[in-house]
Amino acid sequence: MSDNQKTIVEEREHVVIKFAGDSGDGMQFTGIRFSETSAMMGNQVSTFPDYPAEIRAPKGTIGGVSGFQIHIGSNEVITPGDEADVLVALNPAALKANLRWVKKGGTIIVDIDTFTPKNIEKAGFQQNPLQNGLSREYQIIEAPITTLTKEAVKDLKVDHSTAIQSRNMFALGIVYWLFHRDLKYTENFFEKKFKNKPILIEVNKRVLNVGYNYAMNIQLSRTYIVKPTKLEPGKYRHINGNTATAWGLIAAAEKAGLQLFLGSYPITPASEILQEMEARRDLDVIAFQAEDEIAGIVSTIGAAFTGKLAATSTSGPGLALKSEALNLAVMLELPIVVIDVQRGGPSTGLPTKPEQSDLLQALWGRNGESPIVVIAASTPTDCFDFAFISAKIALEHMTPVVLLTDGYLANGSKPWKIPDLNKLPQIKPPILKAGELEKYYPYERIPGTYIRKWAIAGTRGYEHVIGGLEKEAITGHVSYDPENHERMVLERENKIKEIQKEIPPLEVFGEQEGELLIIGWGSSFGHIHTAVQELRQEGYKIGHAHFYYINPLPPNTEQVLSKFKKSLVIEMNRGQFFRYLRTEFPQFQYYKYNKVQGIHFTVSEIKNAIKKNLEG
Amino acid sequence: METTKNTPKYTFKDFHSGQQVRWCPGCGDIGILRAVQIAFAKMGIPKEKFVVVSGIGCSSRFPYYMATYGIHGIHGRAGALASGIKIANPELSVWQITGDGDALAIGGNHFIHEIRRNIDVNILLFNNEIYGLTKGQYSPTTPKGFKTKSSPYGTIENPFNPGELAIGSGATFFARTIFSNMNLSIEIILEAEKHKGTSVVEFLQTCVIFNKNAYNHLIKGPNKEDNYIIVRHGEPMIFGKNKDKGLILDKNSNIKVVKIGENGITEKDLLIHNATDPNPSIHYQLAALKSPVVFGVIRKVKKETYEEALYKQMEEVKKASKFNSLEELLNSGNTWSVK
Repeated sequence: MSDNQKTIVEEREHVVIKFAGDSGDGMQFTGIRFSETSAMMGNQVSTFPDYPAEIRAPKGTIGGVSGFQIHIGSNEVITPGDEADVLVALNPAALKANLRWVKKGGTIIVDIDTFTPKNIEKAGFQQNPLQNGLSREYQIIEAPITTLTKEAVKDLKVDHSTAIQSRNMFALGIVYWLFHRDLKYTENFFEKKFKNKPILIEVNKRVLNVGYNYAMNIQLSRTYIVKPTKLEPGKYRHINGNTATAWGLIAAAEKAGLQLFLGSYPITPASEILQEMEARRDLDVIAFQAEDEIAGIVSTIGAAFTGKLAATSTSGPGLALKSEALNLAVMLELPIVVIDVQRGGPSTGLPTKPEQSDLLQALWGRNGESPIVVIAASTPTDCFDFAFISAKIALEHMTPVVLLTDGYLANGSKPWKIPDLNKLPQIKPPILKAGELEKYYPYERIPGTYIRKWAIAGTRGYEHVIGGLEKEAITGHVSYDPENHERMVLERENKIKEIQKEIPPLEVFGEQEGELLIIGWGSSFGHIHTAVQELRQEGYKIGHAHFYYINPLPPNTEQVLSKFKKSLVIEMNRGQFFRYLRTEFPQFQYYKYNKVQGIHFTVSEIKNAIKKNLEG
Repeated sequence: METTKNTPKYTFKDFHSGQQVRWCPGCGDIGILRAVQIAFAKMGIPKEKFVVVSGIGCSSRFPYYMATYGIHGIHGRAGALASGIKIANPELSVWQITGDGDALAIGGNHFIHEIRRNIDVNILLFNNEIYGLTKGQYSPTTPKGFKTKSSPYGTIENPFNPGELAIGSGATFFARTIFSNMNLSIEIILEAEKHKGTSVVEFLQTCVIFNKNAYNHLIKGPNKEDNYIIVRHGEPMIFGKNKDKGLILDKNSNIKVVKIGENGITEKDLLIHNATDPNPSIHYQLAALKSPVVFGVIRKVKKETYEEALYKQMEEVKKASKFNSLEELLNSGNTWSVK
């Protein structure tokens, strides 16, 4: 770069930034600061962290690279973005792991101090990538981040590791300059966060500013402006899917007038739900970290018997362990909510990577005829809504509900308009008050709904025993009678079917009829929706239907499917929802597009798949 | 527990569910059911506050015969059910009926953790040293070498002793009784109810079909009283048909059976039972003793229960918390307004 080169300020509608470094480098922390600042400056934001399963894989290796991707825009942003416009790589391994995801012509910021022969070799490069023609394809900023960070805090007399740990703020400073961001939001954050450790406020603020000034002084050839969006007025905050799920359940407990009980066992990527609930003792939540997955759900069933809104959280391997107990809840007809934060399988699989492959397990992974409600969230923020709805359906219909989210939603975060809790609907579980009935029959059903009444342990006059053995209709006594068994199987089935009446109709975006309907469910919403939107702008006449209610399906599902010649079902598995739809409505023509790499589709992959389908 | 003056006066019949009891004639469970019903009637607890839960096995049919709240659960998980119920509502008197297979094989994990946490649940463990409901396979308490349907040449496994396992897991209450001794069983059930914390009560119980001789030495014959001892807190450990035997600690601190009058031993030399000793070593030895088999409340020590600690912590956290409502939580941290 010559000294007299002018900096070009480019206005962009969308930009994707990725921060990458060793898993101890604070990349998640840095990414969240950038995304908060961007949201506060009025951009739309979507983020996705990408971290290894190992807590601290060997330093400097590909396996230890932790990343955080942020997509900001001046209009709708619903995915964390396919490829990065800007990559911050704090070591050679971070560069190696992420280079293929950087747009050609994009900007790469590296800490040149870390590009030692040893680190370069550890990262798996044959030779120094920076001396290998990389600058022809990318704008490379070789910043001596470590050296300048140490220099900047020298007089503060902090220990070596504190100094080194703040170098992420140097990198953030560069990026802030690159995107014309205001430093004040992050500075304010430090003031609050480190209120009791003023030295850390000083270190972080100083390094952030030094990084910012560094970027200004080196006269970059290009910077970006992303203008603010028009957002719905209101108060906003960031939230990730796991927190939103936990808060949705807390909101439901409040609306039902019940205490919330969560019985869970830690499992990636669901553990944050348990952790949040444990922290929420201040809001009267009882969280119980059980000895295993089975005790997690079984204690939950016990809590439901005492009249709590009872929930358990898990991931695929844990759901497998919970199946027998989930069936007990089906048989007892007690309300429980099971949150399955899906991850790559089978077996231990890919603990930190998302997949949508627990769908059939949730629907059918139990012995006997075992119908339950299955619901899927599609964005980090709608995890709140669907956790609430799952609890509402469970409590009002006396049934277990499985809510499917996944690692992508769990850890992804978005700005969220804080809901007005007064506007959430009341939840009315069929709880019996003492004295309301002269005699209680546990399996007497409310006409037309098949719902049984909930007599809570401790209520005088309704003493009764329920269990996993088949029960006589109405009385609940043990019964092996053939006709009775069939009757009870059908009653349990019909109870779930009746819930369809309360489910909102399936909405179709784009064409309401025609050649091709694109179908998705769960976290692929953003990618599919963006792909369909872009294709429609290019003139393709297609529709997109996204399913939140898997069982029962929305009431107009058959009608929607009948309006299109064919459907293309896009999901991160080998075609589970595709099979399900084909089983439920065999009269229609379905195609599938699948990916099982533990990473999401890119928008362009989906666009290509759709085009191919239309051509074929 | 709510023991108000308004609690109705019960007899054991008030705890009959009216369901036909389907255990085999002569089954040890029948006597235990009666003992439990008699004891429940004496507790002064309103009927609706009892919850009786179980897993799977012959003994686990128990809740169906009780006119209380109850859940017949799934195999091995009674401990987790009971834990959830008690934690969610400490006002309830929770009773867990389980067997040697249910508690110690498939449910072993829940059993030890429930005890470790000291959740105030009363565990009645019916030990018949056999799998009855699946028709005669060996259990984790079947003596080594015993021939069963799944050990036709004799078992090659070392059995668990439920008392050793319970005390090793940190039990604050362990007692043992036998189905045939109604009065002792009632006394122990009442003691278990009074104890705050996990109470483990082992009932030796005969399966008349698949293991009918297991406890003959304790219930039959003129010398049966030489084969067991009933210990009571504060009393010397004396036993035998002629009350001429006792237990002492030898110089290696091992429990030893002695005969009064031999080697200069008098009644004064016998061990005095201290069920409340925090040091579990003597309790452990008593639980493990094969001859005589020790009945009675072997261990009963005070310790904070899980739910006491939980609710105490919840109150403390609430007092110190920044958030008094979900709304305050939602609006906490970094927020911004869009106009």
